[in-house]
Amino acid sequence: MKNITIAIVAIVAAAVGYFGGTSMNKEAPAPAATETETAAVEATLNAVKAKGFVQCGVSQGLPGFSNADDAGNWTGIDVDVCRGVAAAVFGDASKVKYTPLSSKQRFTALASGEIDMLSRNTTWTMTRDTQLGLNFAGVNYYDGQGFLVPTKLGVKSALEMDGANVCSQTGTTTELNVTDFFRENGMKFNLVAFEEADAVVAAYDSGRCDVYTTDRSGLAAQRTKLANPDAHMVLPEIISKEPLGPVVRQGDDQWFNIVRWTLNAMINAEEMGVTSANAKSMANDNNPAIKRLLGTEGTFGAELGLSNDWALNIISQVGNYGESYEAHVGPNTPLKLDRGVNALWSQGGILYAAPVR
Amino acid sequence: MTQNSHNSVFVRKVDAETLPPPQNEMGIRGWLWRNLLYSVTDYSSVSAALRSLAMIFFTVLVSYVGLTQLWLLLDFVFFSAVWSDPTGIKREACWTLSQGGTLPDDWHAACWPFIFAKLKFLAYGPYPMDELWRVNVTGLLGLAGLCWVLIEALPYRRLVGVLMLTAYPVIALILLTGGASEANYFNATAYIFVGLALITVGRLGQRDLLGIVASDFASIIGFVGWSLIVFQVLMLIFSVDVGLKPVGTGDWGGLMITLVVAVTGIVVSLPLGVILALGRRSNMPVARLLCTIFIEFWRGVPLISVLFMASVMIPLFLPEGVNFDKLMRALIGVMLFSAAYMAEVVRGGLQAIDKGQYEAAEAMGLTYWQSMRQIILPQALTHVIPGIVNTFIGLFKDTTLVSIIGLFDLLGAGKSAIADASWSSPVQAISIYLFVGFIFFIFCFGMSRYSIFMENKLSKSRSH
Repeated sequence: MKNITIAIVAIVAAAVGYFGGTSMNKEAPAPAATETETAAVEATLNAVKAKGFVQCGVSQGLPGFSNADDAGNWTGIDVDVCRGVAAAVFGDASKVKYTPLSSKQRFTALASGEIDMLSRNTTWTMTRDTQLGLNFAGVNYYDGQGFLVPTKLGVKSALEMDGANVCSQTGTTTELNVTDFFRENGMKFNLVAFEEADAVVAAYDSGRCDVYTTDRSGLAAQRTKLANPDAHMVLPEIISKEPLGPVVRQGDDQWFNIVRWTLNAMINAEEMGVTSANAKSMANDNNPAIKRLLGTEGTFGAELGLSNDWALNIISQVGNYGESYEAHVGPNTPLKLDRGVNALWSQGGILYAAPVR
Repeated sequence: MTQNSHNSVFVRKVDAETLPPPQNEMGIRGWLWRNLLYSVTDYSSVSAALRSLAMIFFTVLVSYVGLTQLWLLLDFVFFSAVWSDPTGIKREACWTLSQGGTLPDDWHAACWPFIFAKLKFLAYGPYPMDELWRVNVTGLLGLAGLCWVLIEALPYRRLVGVLMLTAYPVIALILLTGGASEANYFNATAYIFVGLALITVGRLGQRDLLGIVASDFASIIGFVGWSLIVFQVLMLIFSVDVGLKPVGTGDWGGLMITLVVAVTGIVVSLPLGVILALGRRSNMPVARLLCTIFIEFWRGVPLISVLFMASVMIPLFLPEGVNFDKLMRALIGVMLFSAAYMAEVVRGGLQAIDKGQYEAAEAMGLTYWQSMRQIILPQALTHVIPGIVNTFIGLFKDTTLVSIIGLFDLLGAGKSAIADASWSSPVQAISIYLFVGFIFFIFCFGMSRYSIFMENKLSKSRSH
């Protein structure tokens, strides 16, 4: 009995030391705390290079944004930002490890250095940008909260919904937004909130409530779970602005720039018509802007602390923004989302990236 | 007198022939009579007739509701369910006409091709495809060892048991993670020497060469020395590069994580719980106080908050860059939590043992540990087998809580699978939950049956 106990204690202790020890060793040159900003300068890139992969925080499963496929590989437009950063840093988009995070854990995980970047459908708000020691590196999807109603209600506008039962998920800003909207327009409503998205859909489908509200990308995803999707319509009103984008720790400007310009490079590539298929041949194009982007002219990569073909790697391995959009959330995917405001500025949207020059 | 009565009284020398039981007590007829008709055929008085009629009414009602529900379930799970997706159209295989699929509009049943497609993810999570054999080998080895220990006809059960508790965790850890952790050989050597020194001190203390105080602590010092050496040797073993591709715990998931958490919790909580229970009933005030505080603390906080503290708060307290493995944090939380519950179950058993047993053990001159091992614990643990297995089953089901800290256990993997829009349909969530529930049932029911078997075996003397 005693010998067995000793053995068990030793094994537990060994396991503790093993796990703790390995991760400590591996992440020894990790970034410093956000409070000691001077020490944090340009530490993340070195740490990432030393360990050989980007640790990227993603959601626990949001269709089209970050979601594990049948084999367990992560896919989605948020995941593509992570892969883009890995391609820029290592020239290999597969050098990413994913940490699925709940909405409560995500900022702690980033602040504590558990992850190098957060790409988890996170809304850019002033509070988060100024009070949490974080920086938003851009916007990769402009979302907004919308309403889904059964067509048979005959409602054409959200302003006709006085006294409605509203289904929503708890613990998100959707509750707050919908409360604001109804109060602002002097309407009464009854909020029916559930913990799980599936419970919300089930309640809405069974007629427990008249309207289902969440981000419009979410409405598109959940709509296919209704018994008769065509009997429901999305109302025209968008009651909130939800610019979603990748987040990094405050105080490491180099890493911040790498993430920001990874996103910018993907958007610029779409604007210039550079795709994963033609990126290699376009590198010798006559257009100087394309040459600068793909590294055949200038030293833009070196200024970021990367190789000069950083953007070429991103685009040839991950694709441009449009390709990523079409592959994961566009009209040919289960989500069937039109580009809408997420189209390029030159095509009627608001996607506008600073030029590479 | 007695001799006379012997002669005058008839004494039967041969047993009377045993008559068969009455016809209506035997076979199907008897069964029907005892279980169905007995309570509904008495109309001898008004009250008896009313009772019989009420029984008929409730029997019919309950059978009707039960059979309807059973039929609905079987229909949902088997008869109406979609079993295959030969054309690879994914979610459209489980869509009704109004959704754009081919099934009738009133169709509502399980969508099994979705589960089949997610089977790898549900079992292993994102573990690399090419390395799955390592998980399989670990699992089969564990299963084989477990069966060996549980089946009584096999030889060397004790040896196999000890190996399962010592060598197996080491092999499993190396197989699952790939081993080859970084080790500091200088530190390891130094620690081993420190350990040897401590053992020497312990030995000297046990021979009363270091004065009274030291001899009291001798066994503890020796124990610390041994743990130190075993720990360092294990670290060195883990650092051997066996040529396996490293797979971090971030890539573990599904049933694999559920089993790792549950098995670790179960294996550690029982011995730790026994020690805590003995400590709580000990005469030594410090040990008693410490054990009581430990037990009451861990019983007083919900597991969900323990896990949350482990995953969200601990990283904030640690220095930047020092990153404790997330799975390890959850494992420690689960272990300590279940040990506290186990301690109280075992304490119940200890208190059920008659005081005479303790006194008898002392009277025989047994030491404390001898009397516990030989006399008290075997009886106490036998008493509380149902409670122990209850805790095991509870722990097994509680492992689903790790999904809130971002570990994809079986349920978490299921929830993540539900979020896959390429399979989205109204029955997507129900199918996954049914499947996950079934897997949990198999494990929990298995533990429950084995516990009943153990009870019957160990408490033959007490069975009525």
